Amino acid sequence: MTSSEQAELIVFIILAPLAVVTALGMVLTRNAVYSALLLVVNFFCLAGFYVLLEAQFVAAVQVIVYAGAIMVLFLFVLMLLGIGNEVVVKEQMRGQRPAAVLLALGLLVAIVGALAAGVFDAEPASLAAANEGGNVEAIGRILFTRYTFAFETAGILLVVAAVGALVLGKRQP
Amino acid sequence: MHPLAQATTQPLPLPEVDWRAIAPELALAVAGVVLLLVVAFWPRAGRGVLAGLTLAGLAAAAALTVWNWDLERVAFEGAVSLDGITRYARAVLLAVGALATLMVAQGDSREGEPDDSPPEVFPLLLFALLGMVLLAAASDLLVVFIALEILSLSLYVMAGETRRLAAQEAAMKYFLLGAFSSAFLLYGIALCYGATGSTNLLEIADATGDPTADGTLLLAGVGLLAVGFLFKVSAVPFHMWTPDVYQGTPTPVAAFMAAATKVAGFAVFLRVFAGALGGLVVSWRPVIAGAAVLTMLVGAALAVVQTDLKRMLAYSSISHAGYLLVGVAAAATVPAGVSASMFYLLTYAFMVMGAFMVVQYVSRLGPPDDDAIGERSSLEDYRGLARRHPWAAGLLAVFMLALTGIPPLSGFWAKYYVFLAGIEAGLTWLVVVAVISSVISAFFYLRVLVVAYLQEPVGDPGAETAPGRTPALGVALGLAGLLTVAIGLAPEALIAAARSAERILG
Repeated sequence: MTSSEQAELIVFIILAPLAVVTALGMVLTRNAVYSALLLVVNFFCLAGFYVLLEAQFVAAVQVIVYAGAIMVLFLFVLMLLGIGNEVVVKEQMRGQRPAAVLLALGLLVAIVGALAAGVFDAEPASLAAANEGGNVEAIGRILFTRYTFAFETAGILLVVAAVGALVLGKRQP
Repeated sequence: MHPLAQATTQPLPLPEVDWRAIAPELALAVAGVVLLLVVAFWPRAGRGVLAGLTLAGLAAAAALTVWNWDLERVAFEGAVSLDGITRYARAVLLAVGALATLMVAQGDSREGEPDDSPPEVFPLLLFALLGMVLLAAASDLLVVFIALEILSLSLYVMAGETRRLAAQEAAMKYFLLGAFSSAFLLYGIALCYGATGSTNLLEIADATGDPTADGTLLLAGVGLLAVGFLFKVSAVPFHMWTPDVYQGTPTPVAAFMAAATKVAGFAVFLRVFAGALGGLVVSWRPVIAGAAVLTMLVGAALAVVQTDLKRMLAYSSISHAGYLLVGVAAAATVPAGVSASMFYLLTYAFMVMGAFMVVQYVSRLGPPDDDAIGERSSLEDYRGLARRHPWAAGLLAVFMLALTGIPPLSGFWAKYYVFLAGIEAGLTWLVVVAVISSVISAFFYLRVLVVAYLQEPVGDPGAETAPGRTPALGVALGLAGLLTVAIGLAPEALIAAARSAERILG
């Protein structure tokens, strides 16, 4: 194991439990603001994972867009709606809880089985090629050449999202 | 040299912009934006004006589709490919869009009541169609995802366009489950990219033919892709949302969802599974065939117990997705599977839209069954329909018989070609299940006709309200009925056109 791999491992050992704990805390806490703040910590952990995976651009975007802009929006909405209003969710479906636990265990078995079968052992086909000349440069290059079309269609997606928010939001009481 | 300096000195090769290849999509996008501006700056514009503009946009897109009919090429460095599937799906989707525009123009309120669907529904309809057409043409998984999101987002909003509780609930359910399935699809795309090094379908096809490629990672990706697509075409076990959403959504939007989403969803299903992943057919065929069996049987069995026509049509659309999955399962080894599925989509789109049009008409004849739903679609409301509204009942009979698959109508040929392709692919057992499911489905389709023709109307006939003037709905009903009968009488030309769709460019 080289020293850089060792460093990666140490960072992962610190980040991974933190990510799991904050994710659990986010779901389990009853206070919406705590929930949002725990989500921010979780997003930072994810950004750390992206750096470990040599996806520096995604890591930066994760911090700027998710941990920054989107979480601020969340908190704004929470503050505007008033905190402390606990929403009591009544269970509508009978047997939903045991079924959920059973299916979650099934998923766990499937994932562990897949790991044991070596699904993720293989070297990804394209990491070195994709990151040629630096991660950020490579993304910039490919976004405006090969994926121009996808990039432009994303604009239409944003128009639809904006119009949709308007239509659903402007409704009179 | 600093890597950044090096990167900036390399000239950026400008992408080739093939305007002609995406001309119909451009027309739809321009029409959508124009309609948005009209809605924004001319709030008093009537529904007739907006519908007229929408139809003009669709006509322009249709003209450009015809202009591009013989074009076969891959454009934008593999982002979109023009081939048989693309042009066939474009033609069907634009026709479906025109019928849906007429239904939306009619609106779902009764005579004298204010219409409660907002004018933004017209541009959203165009954007949804744009997403669908793009989905059928996409040959890069990234474009597939974006197109799918464009159409889904538009449909979520269209489903919740009215203030009725049921419509709001339908939109919420569709949105939550749709977002969940999109995540599966995206994860599948990521794993496929990890395994093959590309999101381009042509390159994935090359990589799957390569025995040194990592099999397990790719298979995990293919499985997740299948989950995403099966959800969108509402196949069992990812069908739970369909009945609630179809019932709660305003009828014109439900019709559009039922017909157009299936066309686009199966077009991309065929392109990705039968085309790009054709080399892995041994691995995915059992999964798709299993889903087909479940979808056909569960859809038909649950449709039998429904007492609401919209809900019944939702379960019927599930079982039709099952027949189409037979076509997909066959398509990887038998080219006729592709053409049979495309032809099935064409006929199914008009039959199911027609059935929903009759629902929309009958809904105008009286007070709603339930204020939350705001529509009148219970089977009880169809009692004695033939006595008082012979034309509506006659068209209902045409659509129900066509959905059953009774010979001279279009639905029979659709099933015939799909079953033939299934047998040719060696899936005889699957075709046997499909026939059993068709027999079960005959029960609930014909029951609607029994109610409409043989039972006495309940209550005071004077309590029924007049349907009011329904010019747009009348034209749409006439067209759907005519197409269903005409395709049934002369399917040769259209199946021949579908045969030209058999070669998938990737």
